Amino acid sequence: MELCDRNAMDLAGMLRRGEVSSREITESVFKRIDEREASINAFITTTREIALKQADLADEKFSKGGDLPLLTGIPVAVKDVLCTKGIKTTCGSKILENFVPTYNATAFQKLQDAGAVIVGKANMDEFAMGSSTENSIAGPTRNPNDITKVAGGSSGGSAAAVSSGESILALGTDTGGSIRQPCAFCGVTGIKPTYGRVSRYGLIAYASSLDQIGAIGKTVSDCAMMLDVISGHDPLDTTSSQVEKPDFLKALSKGIDGVRIGIPQEFFAEGLDPKIKEKVLDAVTLLEKNGAQVISINLPHSPFAIGAYYLIATAEASSNLARFDGVKYGYRKSEDDGDCLAMYHKTRTTGFGTEVKRRIMLGTYVLSAGYYDAYYLKAQKARAMIKKDFDEAFREVDCIMTPVSPCLPFALGEKMTDPLQMYLVDIYTVSLNLAGLPGMSLPCGTIDGLPVGLQIIGKPFDEGMVLRAGAAYEQLVEKQI
Amino acid sequence: MEYDAIICFETHVELKTETKLFCGCRVAYDIPPNTEICPVCTGQPGALPVLNKKAVAYAIRAGVALDCTINQRSRFARKNYFYPDLPKGYQISQYELPFCENGHLEITGDDGKPYPVGIKRIHLEEDAGKLVHSSDSFDDADYSLVDYNRSSVPLLEIVGDHERNPLRSIQEARVYLEKLRQILRYIGISDCKMEKGQLRCDVNLSIRPKGATTFNNRTEVKNMSSFRFMMEALEYEMNRQAEILESGGRIEQETLLFDEMKRVTLPMRSKEDAPDYRYFPDPDLLEVNLDDTFIADIKSALPELPHQRVKKIMDAYDIPREDALILTKDKDISDYFTACVLHCQDPKRLSHWIIKEVFRLLKEASAAIKECPIDPENCAELVNLVSQGKVTASIGREILDDMFKTGEHPNAIIDKKGLKPIQDEDQLETLLDGVMNENPKVVSQIKEGNLKPIDFLVGQVMRKSKGKANPKSVIKLIHRKLNP
Repeated sequence: MELCDRNAMDLAGMLRRGEVSSREITESVFKRIDEREASINAFITTTREIALKQADLADEKFSKGGDLPLLTGIPVAVKDVLCTKGIKTTCGSKILENFVPTYNATAFQKLQDAGAVIVGKANMDEFAMGSSTENSIAGPTRNPNDITKVAGGSSGGSAAAVSSGESILALGTDTGGSIRQPCAFCGVTGIKPTYGRVSRYGLIAYASSLDQIGAIGKTVSDCAMMLDVISGHDPLDTTSSQVEKPDFLKALSKGIDGVRIGIPQEFFAEGLDPKIKEKVLDAVTLLEKNGAQVISINLPHSPFAIGAYYLIATAEASSNLARFDGVKYGYRKSEDDGDCLAMYHKTRTTGFGTEVKRRIMLGTYVLSAGYYDAYYLKAQKARAMIKKDFDEAFREVDCIMTPVSPCLPFALGEKMTDPLQMYLVDIYTVSLNLAGLPGMSLPCGTIDGLPVGLQIIGKPFDEGMVLRAGAAYEQLVEKQI
Repeated sequence: MEYDAIICFETHVELKTETKLFCGCRVAYDIPPNTEICPVCTGQPGALPVLNKKAVAYAIRAGVALDCTINQRSRFARKNYFYPDLPKGYQISQYELPFCENGHLEITGDDGKPYPVGIKRIHLEEDAGKLVHSSDSFDDADYSLVDYNRSSVPLLEIVGDHERNPLRSIQEARVYLEKLRQILRYIGISDCKMEKGQLRCDVNLSIRPKGATTFNNRTEVKNMSSFRFMMEALEYEMNRQAEILESGGRIEQETLLFDEMKRVTLPMRSKEDAPDYRYFPDPDLLEVNLDDTFIADIKSALPELPHQRVKKIMDAYDIPREDALILTKDKDISDYFTACVLHCQDPKRLSHWIIKEVFRLLKEASAAIKECPIDPENCAELVNLVSQGKVTASIGREILDDMFKTGEHPNAIIDKKGLKPIQDEDQLETLLDGVMNENPKVVSQIKEGNLKPIDFLVGQVMRKSKGKANPKSVIKLIHRKLNP
């Protein structure tokens, strides 16, 4: 087994025992990048030189000994939506093709402070709008399990990098499923924490009330270890929560005995690939056999989730993306005779891709005078009801399990001509963002060589339970093998 | 035909907080362009706003001073529009749930009666940056530069109420604005310097025949950079509307700009072109929940307002209203008087000395009262000396002039210049004898019972003594000597 195919927790142990150096791990990762990046395209930018310097720095720390953070010396990919000081940050868009931030996103800064090694900036759907990582200026990311298939999106680059060994860990962001769905497609594990758990400072906003940064790794404990570092209140983000952060790694070993698992009927109905349904229910059954209590629940307002999501997310996006106007940074398209307004038009018309423009237009319409009440306000009401459904369900259960995606990874280009079909891929993931809940995707088998993802949903700020249930499942599967 | 005006202001006030509304950059004027900027106030991708608590406190302070209802639940909204001085493509402002609503500001109306002018709402928002064009106007400019120093400086918008006691004349408009500025300075939240853009007004105006109860369409006039231009703009606009109505026309609801060169209002945009700002709650900022203590603390710490000081000065010191108004017009003057009066035995005389003498000295030096070198305690002491007859008024003035130059205590100046009054009766008598010898005619007139020329003799003695004689003592002495 190559070093780059190992998980972060193993590598952290090896580093501590002096069995391996961070430079060796990093070189292994870049060797894999040299081998596979041409076909996978997980990165928009790779940062080999920086990475090797950071790796050497980590090795120096190890040689001095002492208590070092678990992430020290571990290679991490960073979704290109997070600002990295001095490193180009494009958001997968032409409009930011040459943008170099002057500051670090808080989550990235925390990784740096913990001694992680940055491999590069991971590919993504432009401004995180998409479910396949096909809407990127850098071209699509391909699924490492089958390069004719998409990696999922929008954090497709992050998930594919971890899956292929082009990185050990990755930072992703999730607005409607953008961590969980690509993790399911690529066969890796990813957690979207509770809204407010991780600072959004430096995350280039798509939909501010839904966006959340999360962790991607090969195992549940890898996610826990990364989440541990990036969580916590940030004075630079007022929406980041003051709720105290538990030790996520400690939660992992508590087992599944007595845990009440809710199965929402609405998430297993029409539209779900029956083979996926079978895999997910198999996973639940395995947990039940080992002491979990399975309870059928209802989330009656689930059918409104996709609609509410696309109204709220696009409304916020139409405003969030107004700053990309060619005035201050990024791409500008103007002609000598043109006035300022013409510059705006040309810059935004040629700088944004089709899907981004579609969502800006939709969102502009949603917020327009005369339509605001019918669309935006109504969507907010639906959102409140969806949240209430979860609140009620969580009176009876400790976590909820569902599929991540209704379908298996699809072929490149398959859904590009039908945006509505693409939007429906998010059907099981968006309601968590609307309700602000933590959710994890972890592999629960394969169908014809393509991975299937199990989604575990927790109460607000109860990532501990999500991780615990996930870790229990992982261990049971390992025992079976 | 005679018309009634219905006038309503939207006033923007720059708050003098240390730092900007949503970031830690300093609020500063007259500094090189783009030196107080950061990722937040230049709208860098991923940057997030963090609310300045002090600015909220200032908004509440204004609300309390203007008798508003304070909303304990409040929130910020985004006002979306494109302009190069607006780095995010939206302005963070308030729409639903502003901090303060339904207040009023009492003025003396044209009829001499108190009139509570309605205030609809007060909300907090961020200022935009500043454009510097290569030529006079945006349209003709080859290029324009943006300075973001002003971006995100806290602005308080105070919106008048059309339906509830709007202003009824241009004169009332002036009084309202002056009073508003006075109050905002008193409560210390803004310097309100119009020429620095710290106080900016848009004004809504409609007219109707005197006594009519229906409304005509109103116009909004923007871009008036001084009191004078505002008065001119209102005057012009009122006449323009009257002419339209008299020729049987209809007022279009539109936004106008005041052209300071041509002194006219010019159309900017019609109602149809009114932009749709697509307001919606800003998801980057939490709802603001003000607790009772926060509001109560602001209420109890509210500085005395001008009308309260007027009343206090009139009641406590028996000073006439006109003088009380002069002493309170400016908070710094009022503060100066208050500091003096604590040490003064004769408040009425103090008031007179400040209004007449201190103001004279300040005017000659073109200085503000804040820069006055005369320590309030020393000023009070000088007035006490005059009151006690220890120095004459004219010597007092001389001492005051010196105090203004040197900042010294009056006694130090008296010693230094030998201005101690002549207490010694023999010395006084010698002086008087000399004067009487020089004016035998006058002396005989007095002896015959004509008292009028006594003043002349006193004046002569004062001149000879260089003002150091006490006029009362001189009169006494004349009476004793001549026994008229």
